[in-house]
Amino acid sequence: MTRNTVISVRNLVKKFGSFTANDNLSFEVYEGEIFGFLGANGAGKTTALRILSGLSAPTSGEVIVAGYNAKKQPEQIKKNIGYMCQKFSLYEDLTVKENIMLYGGIYGIKRALIRERTDLLLDKLNFREYGDRLISDLPLGLRQKLAFSVAVLHEPKIVFLDEPTGGVDPITRRQFWEMIYEAAGRGITVFVTTHYMDEAEYCDRISIMSEGKIVALDTPANLKKQYNAASVDEVFVKIARPGG
Amino acid sequence: MKRFLGFVKKEFLHIFRDVRTLIILFGIPVIQILLFGFVVSTDLKNAQIGFLDLSKDEMTQKISDKICSSGFFMRSETLLSYNDIDKVLRKSKTKAVIIFEKDFGRKLISEGKAAISIITDGSEPNMATLITNYVTAIVTDFNRELAGTQAAGTLLVQPEVRMFYNPSLKGHYMFVPGVITLIMILICALMTSVTITREKEFGTMEVLLVSPLKPVQIILGKVMPYFLLSFINIIMILLLSWLVFGLPVKGSLVLLLAESMLYILMSLSLGILISTKSKTMQQAIFISFVGLMLPTILLSGFIFPIENMPSGYGEVAALMPPQYFITIIKNIMIKGTGFMYVWKETLILIAFTVAFIGLSIRNFKIRL
Repeated sequence: MTRNTVISVRNLVKKFGSFTANDNLSFEVYEGEIFGFLGANGAGKTTALRILSGLSAPTSGEVIVAGYNAKKQPEQIKKNIGYMCQKFSLYEDLTVKENIMLYGGIYGIKRALIRERTDLLLDKLNFREYGDRLISDLPLGLRQKLAFSVAVLHEPKIVFLDEPTGGVDPITRRQFWEMIYEAAGRGITVFVTTHYMDEAEYCDRISIMSEGKIVALDTPANLKKQYNAASVDEVFVKIARPGG
Repeated sequence: MKRFLGFVKKEFLHIFRDVRTLIILFGIPVIQILLFGFVVSTDLKNAQIGFLDLSKDEMTQKISDKICSSGFFMRSETLLSYNDIDKVLRKSKTKAVIIFEKDFGRKLISEGKAAISIITDGSEPNMATLITNYVTAIVTDFNRELAGTQAAGTLLVQPEVRMFYNPSLKGHYMFVPGVITLIMILICALMTSVTITREKEFGTMEVLLVSPLKPVQIILGKVMPYFLLSFINIIMILLLSWLVFGLPVKGSLVLLLAESMLYILMSLSLGILISTKSKTMQQAIFISFVGLMLPTILLSGFIFPIENMPSGYGEVAALMPPQYFITIIKNIMIKGTGFMYVWKETLILIAFTVAFIGLSIRNFKIRL
């Protein structure tokens, strides 16, 4: 199967002083793929994510995202990606519609189109009656779903999700993943970091980071076979804590 | 540009939805001005005084009328005997009692002198001194008139003291410029530093930085509404001090507003600098209040003249931007001088602004 590459990373190194946060990473992500980015805290996930999304520059190596070079054209990258971080990313003192209008505007979507998409989105989420409510009145699960919808409102090529389901109940997490699948079905590449190993099973491919390096990268099924494990969780334990 | 305007609109929504922000922005300035203007006022207006007139003749009547019609005093009680004095003062409504001795008018004409006693409430020393000075002045004035009509040949030389710029020694002339200076640096620096650190704390800053908005646009978008509101604030304070206290702007209003804009800009860039240095809102609030409010009150010449400070303090005070603005605003508002007299202070404020912006940009980059 020949698929278009949307993220291409070659020999990426990021150093903070003498500390190496990303040590020679190389990988590719394909269009429409759900790519899981796993690793313990401090393994270098967030650093890599920041570089991919144009927030910080790599020390060396070549990073191409959505056809643009992360070192030279971060502004172009920003226009073509969506982003949702683990901390909550909507404004609590604005209404649902105002939040959508704000982010739509920031990404340069025309007002009429934003309204149209807002209606579609509210219908899809069964949110219609919440349109004029403040975000602070919504339960956490709804907020997270809304935050994701806002992150893909401008139909980006890639959406980066940084631990999007932290603190959310299992049912909402399932619904959240259904939304991710739907976005991937529309051709949006999903790049997701997560703590939850069961979520890793939902990904097309996963990479596991440890101490700044990628130590494994394959489909969940292949990894389980390779490490003779019943679940990704077991794979992770075997890789991240060898002998433990 | 459209992206930017949507972002600015959002900032306005933040401000108008938060009652506390609105109170800080518009409530505090008004309260401060009224508070300083009325409560801390150093001039005498309608002070209540009592009269114990043991003579009850034409002369004493004239003098007490003169005192009461001066506008500084109001007759509160008429006492009958010395025993009443203590009783009246203890009620503390009456601030002083004026006593005319027996046969006051007759003695004044036949002997050329008669005694008035002023008994004041020493538990309020400032008020007591003021009352004594004012009453003495009025009586002296009466003496002179008397000497003029009697034409007794004795020429009374009266020392005439005139205060320039603030002829009636009005306290508002001192406080209004000080309050404007204090409020502006507090609101601008405090509000901007808090609003930027809030985005950091809530994680929305990261989302904004990943968006196509440039960092400069984000900062400008956050600061712009405060610039506008602060400017409205200055106009409000000037109107208030004009309507309530009758304090006019003697110099050029345009120059005053232009200097105010520069000062607002400086305070805002100071706020941005604080926000790049603080991780949480509490930290930002703490730095703004303790680091700015106290030095502004104590070291800006707002209350204590810088010239009278012990050596060392004056040098520290020179590093505090507010004092330069106080000098500018006093010059323009009260003395009515033009740009020629404040260009040095203006340059210093510009230098501060450039330095704060430069430092902020440096800090901002290091963080990423």
